[in-house]
Amino acid sequence: MSEVIVITSGKGGVGKTTTSANIGCGLALTGKKVALVDADIGLRNLDVVMGLENRIVYDLVDVVEGNCRLKQALIKDKRYNGLFLLPAAQTRDKDAVSPEQMQKLCESLKEEEFDYIIIDCPAGIEQGFKNAIAGADRAIVITTPEVSAVRDADRIIGLLEASGLNDPTLVLNRLRVDMVKRGDMMSIDDVTEILAIEILGVVPDDESIVVATNKGEPAVTDEESFAGQAYRNIVKRIQGEDVPIMRFEKDAGLFNKLFKKFRRN
Amino acid sequence: MDFLNFFKKKDNTASKNVAKDRLKLVLVHDRVNCSSQILEMLKTDIIKVISNYMEIDEEELDIQITQTQSDDNTGTVPVLYANIPIKSMRKVNQD
Repeated sequence: MSEVIVITSGKGGVGKTTTSANIGCGLALTGKKVALVDADIGLRNLDVVMGLENRIVYDLVDVVEGNCRLKQALIKDKRYNGLFLLPAAQTRDKDAVSPEQMQKLCESLKEEEFDYIIIDCPAGIEQGFKNAIAGADRAIVITTPEVSAVRDADRIIGLLEASGLNDPTLVLNRLRVDMVKRGDMMSIDDVTEILAIEILGVVPDDESIVVATNKGEPAVTDEESFAGQAYRNIVKRIQGEDVPIMRFEKDAGLFNKLFKKFRRN
Repeated sequence: MDFLNFFKKKDNTASKNVAKDRLKLVLVHDRVNCSSQILEMLKTDIIKVISNYMEIDEEELDIQITQTQSDDNTGTVPVLYANIPIKSMRKVNQD
């Protein structure tokens, strides 16, 4: 059984691409065969976050237009067994692909016996968004604890449900425990109360993400960092495992200790 | 500036409470697709109709879209909330 999961947010810069890379890589680490699809045509980035930017020959638009076979465009990540990337085209725009073509592409990927197909959706609610969700079986909405990101997430949840993608789950990204404790940042409960959807995971605002992205190595592989742990938990929940949400604000003592330890490294 | 008073009443110093209140309000409007302009037009119309029957305090009049628990308790539904203080009844010709 293969499943197509779209990672979306509405607002840009909340961490769709980073989350896609980490979920994809994390699923591959648990032995699954995973295809990461960059649907952000014209603003290709998943390749560089994954550290695969030098290996691109063909892209998504080439596959859709029949310039190459699907297998030729899929880049095999040599570091993680079972992980493949289908990069976006950089010199084209969102109109180069239609929702029907994306649906067909997802079907073809399913025939390649991928367990999971992760689609990195572009920001916005226009053509690129419609393309990215067209072939999806379920959706994960990314937000940060800021008014703008939560508002956009609410809009996206409405649009997803209108398109038949019911019950999307939420990843709350870049949570800062110190600010939540001071009452200067909305907490996990605040955000889930407002958006009224199930939470899939919480990723703390962690320097390790920047470091990992600099190197082109997803943070999910980092055993030391909280963000890495958070992504591994998300991966387990995607596969149906019941893992409690890390309540950073409640065991802040432990968090601070580990956070400090990490900062020293 | 009804909206500002709305937040001040709660007197929550933590900025996250301000964020939550503002978000809740803006989302209620987003979800029912009702702009503040439409609400203003609605307010004007309501005043016009009610003024035929009673004299009302237009300064203190408060109309908002908020949320309430749905009848079957499965979630929240938007409601139109109106608080219209009456100053006096008008003599209405009932003929």
